[in-house]
Amino acid sequence: MDVQIIIDSLPALLKGMGLTLQLTGLSLVIGLASAIPLALMRVSKNPLLWMPAYGYILFFRGTPLLVQLFLIYYGSGQFHDELEAAGLWVFFREAYFCAVLSLALNTAGYTAEILRGAIRGVPHGEVEAALACGMRGSLLYRRIILPKAFRLALQAYSNEVVFLFQATSLVSIITLMDLTGIARVIAARTFDIYELYITAGAIYLCVTYGILYVFKIVEHRWSGHLRAHDDDAINEATIIAGMH
Amino acid sequence: MFDLKGYGWMLWDGLQLTLTVGVMALGVAFVMGMLGAWGKLSKSPLARGAAATYTTVIRGVPELLLILIIYYGTPTLIQDTLESFGYDIILDINPFVAGVITIGFIYGAFTTEVMRGAILAVPHGQLEAAHAIGMSRAMVVRRVLLPQVWRFALPGLGNVWMVLIKATALISVIQLPELLRNTDIGARATKLPFTFFFAAALIYLGITIVSMLAQQRAEIWANRGIRRT
Repeated sequence: MDVQIIIDSLPALLKGMGLTLQLTGLSLVIGLASAIPLALMRVSKNPLLWMPAYGYILFFRGTPLLVQLFLIYYGSGQFHDELEAAGLWVFFREAYFCAVLSLALNTAGYTAEILRGAIRGVPHGEVEAALACGMRGSLLYRRIILPKAFRLALQAYSNEVVFLFQATSLVSIITLMDLTGIARVIAARTFDIYELYITAGAIYLCVTYGILYVFKIVEHRWSGHLRAHDDDAINEATIIAGMH
Repeated sequence: MFDLKGYGWMLWDGLQLTLTVGVMALGVAFVMGMLGAWGKLSKSPLARGAAATYTTVIRGVPELLLILIIYYGTPTLIQDTLESFGYDIILDINPFVAGVITIGFIYGAFTTEVMRGAILAVPHGQLEAAHAIGMSRAMVVRRVLLPQVWRFALPGLGNVWMVLIKATALISVIQLPELLRNTDIGARATKLPFTFFFAAALIYLGITIVSMLAQQRAEIWANRGIRRT
């Protein structure tokens, strides 16, 4: 094991992690923003709304992300003239744009399915109570269903975030210099293959558990009103007081 | 619908290899999952630690990197180790074997969690009752635990299979001529990348849909003796 090469390549690897995090963040924001309307369409009773959403979710969850990435990055070349005419080719020729687009479309499908499950999981009594108070349509969704659904979805969504974070490593296949891409280039040049890949793996590992830790804290905060902690503390205090 | 310019047979060959790798990797994953679950539920701190390290590392590192580590890293590591003992050999891993082992090893970690949950889902009282009427440990496992673990594990195993078969697309990076690799070759030769990758996407989608239907049938079959509440 050559330690010097690990120390020497660490700055480059961390720079690669910067791109990895950037791709993750950007795709997550776009993906979540598209997932909310998609999930609402999916739970609708109108076939014109739920059927396209169902097809979209099935396609993006049922095919490998790598195929989706190739479909957009290489596949767009088949429509080069049409895209050029529409002025869109400047986007599609960039690997960065294609990477963000496919990651965002992919996570939108998975997130919509998570949200669908969460919306179904909102207790019927709460919806009934809101209806009884006269809430309808968007007000009902904004105040009762979506806040509750977000909290229910948090656990599953944290897994999706980790999945997407790790899936960004695929962009190294379409020439982007993310953490995996940099590790591959340095490994190809120096032949110190396992030193670099294991270092890169360790960096991914740390960030993955960092993300999970952040979600744990958020979940703890969001469910504060559901915990019996303070009551327990009071009960304990009374019991101890009674014993004396 | 699709004019694949005579490259359709390559996709067919690729599909067969994808399914072969997938099924064999599922076998490896199942064995790893049973070992992992046994480790996680074991009383020995060593076995528990090993199983926890296994699932933690696999969950924390991207699949693509794990494939690169196993395919490129392992031979170099073994060569360097042997070289320091004075042996000079060239070691090459066959991409098929590397693919099956890597995918199986990765999804073994997910199967570990599935099997652990399924074993814990078997009511403890039943195991105690079996002990009480004098069954040996092995007999309790064979007659009481395993027949029920199947039923609890089936939904989770179905999910593992559906994620696993999509992950086999990643081993196209180690030049194994599976579905995606062959599609790529066809796309480059005909200069019709969209047609080819879309055809591949539809084939993967077909695998997913067939797997979903099969899973539904299997669950109905596995729960046939159970009262629905």
